Amino acid sequence: MSTMTNTLANPKISIQGVSKVYPLGNTEFKALDNVSLDVADNEFITVVGPSGCGKSTMMNILAGLETVSGGQALVDGVAVDGPGPERGVIFQQYALFPWLTVRDNVEFGLKTAKMPKAERRRIADHFIKLVGLEQFADALPKMLSGGMRQRCAIARAYAVNPSILLMDEPFGALDALTRVNLQEQLRETWSKEQRTVVFITHDVDEAVFLANRVIVMAARPGRIHEIIEVDLPAIRTEEMRLSPEFTALRNRVWNAVYHQTSGENSVSEPSATTA
Amino acid sequence: MSTLTATKPRAIVTPAEKKRRTKRKMLTLNIVSVIGGIALWWVLSASGFSLPTPPQVVERAGQLMADGTLFTDLGASLTRVLIGFALGTLLAIPVGFLMGWYAVARGIMEPWIQFFRTIPPLAIIPLVMVLMGIGEQPKIFVIFLAAFLSCVISTYQGVVNVDKTLINAARVLGSKDAGIFARVVIPASTPFILVGMRVGLGAAWATVVAAELIAAQDGLGYRMQQAQLYYDLPTIFVNLIVIGILGLLMDRILLFTETKLTSWQERR
Repeated sequence: MSTMTNTLANPKISIQGVSKVYPLGNTEFKALDNVSLDVADNEFITVVGPSGCGKSTMMNILAGLETVSGGQALVDGVAVDGPGPERGVIFQQYALFPWLTVRDNVEFGLKTAKMPKAERRRIADHFIKLVGLEQFADALPKMLSGGMRQRCAIARAYAVNPSILLMDEPFGALDALTRVNLQEQLRETWSKEQRTVVFITHDVDEAVFLANRVIVMAARPGRIHEIIEVDLPAIRTEEMRLSPEFTALRNRVWNAVYHQTSGENSVSEPSATTA
Repeated sequence: MSTLTATKPRAIVTPAEKKRRTKRKMLTLNIVSVIGGIALWWVLSASGFSLPTPPQVVERAGQLMADGTLFTDLGASLTRVLIGFALGTLLAIPVGFLMGWYAVARGIMEPWIQFFRTIPPLAIIPLVMVLMGIGEQPKIFVIFLAAFLSCVISTYQGVVNVDKTLINAARVLGSKDAGIFARVVIPASTPFILVGMRVGLGAAWATVVAAELIAAQDGLGYRMQQAQLYYDLPTIFVNLIVIGILGLLMDRILLFTETKLTSWQERR
């Protein structure tokens, strides 16, 4: 097991001894127990772990949608207090506004920021193009496939120019093929427009393919089990998935997730769950 | 059962064509059913039941239109319904929003709304007649109440049912409470509000006729009540048919509005 804390000189995100406790009947459920983690600026980390390990809770705390029970979560050295446009969130259920077109969805955050119409339009078009939805800019979400919806959600998050992107199993509900495509696109988008990304997933391949570092969590109580550096080249390609380096990393992460020596999670859990 | 099966099968039927055919088939069935119903009525009235025949009813409709009675009654009933309905929904929407958004408002208003909902609006006619006299106010008030109660519940349900993820999505995009309300809660609950308005209009229409049966000097309900005194069945039929057609028409207008305003919804 590697070190529990991972401190950096100038972290973008700094999670310091964070705990989160939920009431559960007469007892308490420890979703997160004294979790510490630093994430560097423009780093892409993935968080993987069995269900109940608190990975979504951690993301919600960073997003400001949930509060901590103990410790603190800092972004740029300031404690998180509610959501903010500098932290973009991408949800598994896409969360597109169904009454707005793709363009209006992407412009939503810009409109909130009271940006003039022409500029809004220009920025929205840029990101719609970046995710390859220019032909569907005026379509309603109901006309889009799951993969297209998630691309729209990614464009919407990017449009407000957040320095951090928090993604909660964004590709979890998609079929395997769409998923692989979106992973490559996301990595490519990220290399063009660098952001600090925290990407939650339960898919080990996805975790390795996308990340600079994979954070493996353990459940009951939710904690960091192991941190695995992904020393693959920055440009990730399809062929890389078949390379021995990738396979070795994948096996390491797989063992860390499914054969955790401590706790009850030594049995394999299905790697594909749909919401 | 249909001649379509007898014709030789066609190789390609586009989905649009298929849909058109189903629609045409349904329309044909509708028309056949209506004609059949009228025929049955005619047979029944001809074979000794004390019902007016369709021509008698048509003739009476002509008379009532010629002397303007039908239009006066129609105008009186419609005015009451529209005023009551407009006031009812106008109040129901903000109240429903308040109840859905603020737990305090819900706690204060819910018992009253649930209580009055169990009382048929007509049951309070005696009370409002004592308090408000026999003019227009008591009738409009009762219609207002009927429309309000139907609409407020569904508006409230709409607000409560707004997808939490959409609210979170707006929050992480920088929206504050007011923005979330205007840009997420209102559009997301529009389908519920429109359903509530439809139910409210139905309730208002049912209530106006009943209210006029009890206390009025004009209106479709009043005319039927008068006709009953003189055993004037054709007049009752004319008014009943007008009430039915008008109710259907108003419902269709709202349904049309609903489909237009909520076309973004994924249906089935």
